Amino acid sequence: MNSRVIKLIKRAAAVLLLAPALAFAAGAELHLDKAPVSKDPAALQHGAKLFVNYCLNCHGASYVRYNRLQDIGLSEQMIRDNLMFTGDKVGDLMKISMHREDGKAWFGAAPPDLSLIARSRASEFGSGADWLYTYLRQFYRDPARPTGWNNVVFENVGMPHVLWELQGEQVAKISDGEHGKKVELSLAKPGKLSPEEFDKSVADLVSFLVWMGEPVAEKRKAIGGVVLIFLAGLFVLSYALKKNYWKDVH
Amino acid sequence: MTTKSQALLNWIDERFPLTSNWKAHLSEYYAPKNFNFWYFFGSLALLVLVIQIVTGIFLVMHYKPDASLNAAGVPVAFASVEYIMRDVPGGWLIRYMHSTGASAFFIVVYLHMFRGLLYGSYRKPRELIWIFGTLIFLVLMAEAFMGYLLPWGQMSFWGAQVIVNLFSAIPLVGPDLSLVIRGDYVVSDATLNRFFSFHVIAVPLVLIGLVVAHILALHEVGSNNPDGVEIKKKKDENGIPLDGIPFHPYYSVKDIVGVVGFLFFFSAVVFFAPEGGGYFLEFNNFIPADPLKTPPHIAPVWYFTPFYSILRAVTYPLFGLDAKFWGVVAMGASVVIIAFLPWLDRSPVKSIRYKGPVFKGAIAIFLVCFFILGYLGVLPPTAGRTLVSQICSVLYFAFFLLMPWYSKLDKCKPEPERVTFK
Repeated sequence: MNSRVIKLIKRAAAVLLLAPALAFAAGAELHLDKAPVSKDPAALQHGAKLFVNYCLNCHGASYVRYNRLQDIGLSEQMIRDNLMFTGDKVGDLMKISMHREDGKAWFGAAPPDLSLIARSRASEFGSGADWLYTYLRQFYRDPARPTGWNNVVFENVGMPHVLWELQGEQVAKISDGEHGKKVELSLAKPGKLSPEEFDKSVADLVSFLVWMGEPVAEKRKAIGGVVLIFLAGLFVLSYALKKNYWKDVH
Repeated sequence: MTTKSQALLNWIDERFPLTSNWKAHLSEYYAPKNFNFWYFFGSLALLVLVIQIVTGIFLVMHYKPDASLNAAGVPVAFASVEYIMRDVPGGWLIRYMHSTGASAFFIVVYLHMFRGLLYGSYRKPRELIWIFGTLIFLVLMAEAFMGYLLPWGQMSFWGAQVIVNLFSAIPLVGPDLSLVIRGDYVVSDATLNRFFSFHVIAVPLVLIGLVVAHILALHEVGSNNPDGVEIKKKKDENGIPLDGIPFHPYYSVKDIVGVVGFLFFFSAVVFFAPEGGGYFLEFNNFIPADPLKTPPHIAPVWYFTPFYSILRAVTYPLFGLDAKFWGVVAMGASVVIIAFLPWLDRSPVKSIRYKGPVFKGAIAIFLVCFFILGYLGVLPPTAGRTLVSQICSVLYFAFFLLMPWYSKLDKCKPEPERVTFK
């Protein structure tokens, strides 16, 4: 009787092990480019400049204080002189003067706060940085949209292509691909920057957004290294202590 | 000991049972000497409880349970969490310890429960320890669920909305019950404030009370061990179990090793992967709660997903009642049924070491089902996934409900007289 039960159990286990393959057929795919995220202060400072010039008019970063930018190697005076226009104090949060209601009326949705955007945009398709890096480079001309712009990653996005003067104008060739719609972009009108320079600028901007998502991240990892080394040493000691106490247990 | 400190101790002992309690619970509490790796997780659960309480106290100093919008249009509660993360000195560490602690609590408790399952720790005379333990697990789920609302992100909000709505499926009292839980018709500021109150005061009080009861019951009957034999059956002339060693200092020094080892892995997550790949802190929860924007996919945190899958697996209405109601019943039953293990297991032996192939196979299938259910719970449902979760749910319940028969039929090995030790 026992062997029959075991056979049954084995068969059930085999079905269970095969089950996931049946259950996890792929859904819609989102192809993201890997973002070359940098921790280099020069890149982060360039990203900060782009952020303040191109993003901070409509998007706030309302959990970040201007003087936090000292963490990426800027002095308070440099922040005041180069990155602040509104007469804010250097300890203030990076807020915008646009009202949310106006933003909603103008763009269809209030532009989201960008403090945490690099963390919230992460998904099974890639990191938040990957999403941002791909999104910011894949705007194209679309006369059907009220802004005249559309985006491959974020279809029918409310935001116009803010960086167009840097990138230039892309047009899209849309065809039916294997996995739904396939969009091919080509540069119709060049911008101020070459494609390589533009990619580098977007990478810097994304690096800044990643930094802003968690300014403490690098410090956290540095402390973590020390903590783990300490605990590893403590483990050896505590194990020796235990061994010594347990000598007389037979 | 100097005469002065001895005099002080005497003075206290005449007024408070200090020495007698120290002896009863530590220096003369005899634990089996053959505890293995699995026996670390009880003391580790206690450690995580302490971590959660201490970090929680500091978080409450800066957190604001307020759903109204600040000048930048962000809910005050959400902004206060980011204030802790960015502006409070060391706040990020306290917060990550608390958020990682929540997941660590469930990992440790799941392993602790599985240990009980392996070695039959729920069997007579330890039924009450097991029942208190199941209650602790249930209360812990409530604590975690309410705590998850507090950061007031999208997943906090919509997760709470989905779960509280489940209660409305209960006939007659359901709609009123969910109204009482929310304090409003939707999840709102009222919900946030009452969940905050429950999370920081009411539920922790119950939790600590149950933990004390769990340990008192344990120390009354003594610990089980990997062999599942009672060490109290063989005592020396002084009435001390032959296979027992005093908890202090033997297990206090051994548990320190466990604590340091645990802290190593815990710190690795806190300092290097606090988001836990999107499972400990969900990506969508970095977006403030927006009652007007339902996320395309609402997934509960990983530790609830096996039970959530069971809930979703029920798709048939019955006796004129909604499938949703029966889903809630199934989910509740899947937790409560754990408490009945002491009476479901009819095996002549306690430990998996001496149980036969049927029981071992049943545990293996149960474990596989539990993992598959957990994995499916984080994914949006499809027809194929629902079918798999239905099969796994049936097997989950079959593990418990058929146990009285298969545990009796099983061909067990004889238990040893004494515990096996190296």
